[in-house]
Amino acid sequence: MPKNPRRSFLQLSGIAALAGCGSQPGTKTEEEKLPSALGKPIRAYGERSQFETAKRAVPDLKRPQIGSTRTPLAETEGIITPSSLHFERHHAGVPELDPAKHTLLLHGLVDRPLVFTVADLKRLPSASHIYFVECAGNSGGEWKAPGGPNAAASFGLASCSEWTGVPLKVLLEEAGLKKEGKWLVAEGADACKMSRSLPIEKALDDCLVAYSQNGEAIRPEQGYPLRLVVPGYEGNVNVKWLRQIKIVDQPNQTKDETSKYTDLLADGTSRQFTFLMDAKSVITYPSGGQKLPGPGFQEIRGLAWSGRGIIDRVDVSTDGGKTWQKAALQEPRLPKAFTRFRLPWQWDGKETEIVARATDSSGYAQPTREELTTARGMNSNYHYNGVKVWKIAADGSVKNG
Amino acid sequence: MANRLVLLLLAICAVTAQKYHVGRSATADEIKTTDQFMAPDGTGLPPGKGTAVEGRDIYERRCSRCHGKQGQGDEEGPLAGGKGTLATPKPLKTVGSFWPYATTIYDYVHRAMPFDNPGLLDANQTYAVTAVILHLNGIIGEKDEMNAQTLPKVKMPNREGFIKDNRPDTGKMKK
Repeated sequence: MPKNPRRSFLQLSGIAALAGCGSQPGTKTEEEKLPSALGKPIRAYGERSQFETAKRAVPDLKRPQIGSTRTPLAETEGIITPSSLHFERHHAGVPELDPAKHTLLLHGLVDRPLVFTVADLKRLPSASHIYFVECAGNSGGEWKAPGGPNAAASFGLASCSEWTGVPLKVLLEEAGLKKEGKWLVAEGADACKMSRSLPIEKALDDCLVAYSQNGEAIRPEQGYPLRLVVPGYEGNVNVKWLRQIKIVDQPNQTKDETSKYTDLLADGTSRQFTFLMDAKSVITYPSGGQKLPGPGFQEIRGLAWSGRGIIDRVDVSTDGGKTWQKAALQEPRLPKAFTRFRLPWQWDGKETEIVARATDSSGYAQPTREELTTARGMNSNYHYNGVKVWKIAADGSVKNG
Repeated sequence: MANRLVLLLLAICAVTAQKYHVGRSATADEIKTTDQFMAPDGTGLPPGKGTAVEGRDIYERRCSRCHGKQGQGDEEGPLAGGKGTLATPKPLKTVGSFWPYATTIYDYVHRAMPFDNPGLLDANQTYAVTAVILHLNGIIGEKDEMNAQTLPKVKMPNREGFIKDNRPDTGKMKK
């Protein structure tokens, strides 16, 4: 019995290579060298493999400080979005904030206006929750025509992270919320001092002043060092680089809750303070831009989420909506978080259309595009949550349906 | 009775008492410096004044490159025009056709404009630029003075154009 079976195997395979390929004794192919070659040393902060390429597409913008990047949803698995791939939406660039100097001012209709350092906030009772954040403008292009070419372009302004921080309720109790306080207005420390008003009921319910995302400090693009996390509500109210919260008796009617993030209806009126993100789903495999390797087994995979609660079911059709099957939902299913769904499928190699439809714990089911545009017209810009159809061609290529 | 009173006092204390004593009291000065919020009723608007005539020069130097000389839009979206378009297939949402409150103009210019140098304008200049934008939309005259008292009273054309969130507006799942 050889002392080192691994070495022995390599010697044998070396012989096999010699016999098969006529290479010189003592030379090994790259593949043969790999198992015994010394790897890279330990390192202080991890990077992904050089062979991995998933990234947020960065559009060519005249002012790169105003814009967004999208999560490549079709290149993620499970329900957690890597922090490095979380979508971005900035209105005046990403500020560089020193956590040793950054503070949160809590004032207005409270008994005791307070200033918290980041260290103060980390001392207070903490909570961790997995929540999605979705921009109200996600899938906005689908209002005019359902033309998004791939999952990132159509749905990538949505991501899901584990957020850790102080429940906002703890801070409000510490400051002594006055009963006249019906709203709050939160402000970021970006150059435009982005600000949004929020009803006090939501603040007392499940909002977090978060300092951590997926186990480490929140990324600068996501609000480092502090972000207001408002579960299930449109991304814009999840104010990044949070620097002050003022308790007020009326909404402030800021630019981003009047001129933007209001939903224009067909009759010319607009819905305002449409915070909730309704149930939504997208098939990530097969999805636009991908190509099926050939007929036979495919696992249909996708993501579903709802600001109203838990995803209760996802129905999938592989025949353009004629028949529907219940997809398996990965547990645990968490409120206001991504839920992964899967359905085994035998593709017969013929052209077809696939589509998913999510239903949440409130009984709300994702509408078709036609139902949505009948209810709201074509000019709402925000809060599009119609089902997304992917068209599979006979050669396996997948396109927007 | 006395017991009830004690319980009531305890309840009041429980609601208002500080529990963790983490963080420090904010000073009046730092609140004043940081709190630049303004509400549609005019709360928070600073002293100062300006007219469209006074603001034209600043507008041309600091705003028109992106928003157009007449507020028609250029590199950025338009500030003026769009009247009567909201219910059409091509709605043009501008300050004049869409924004419900005039105070939002002051607030936004003050906190975020000019894009490359927010906070550049003082209160008089901000009132004056706000007056220019309102005047370009035909909402006020070129000599109408905007200040903390007059600005909240400006009646925006689309003030009644907003409704509360009344979703869900699409059908529930067919069982």
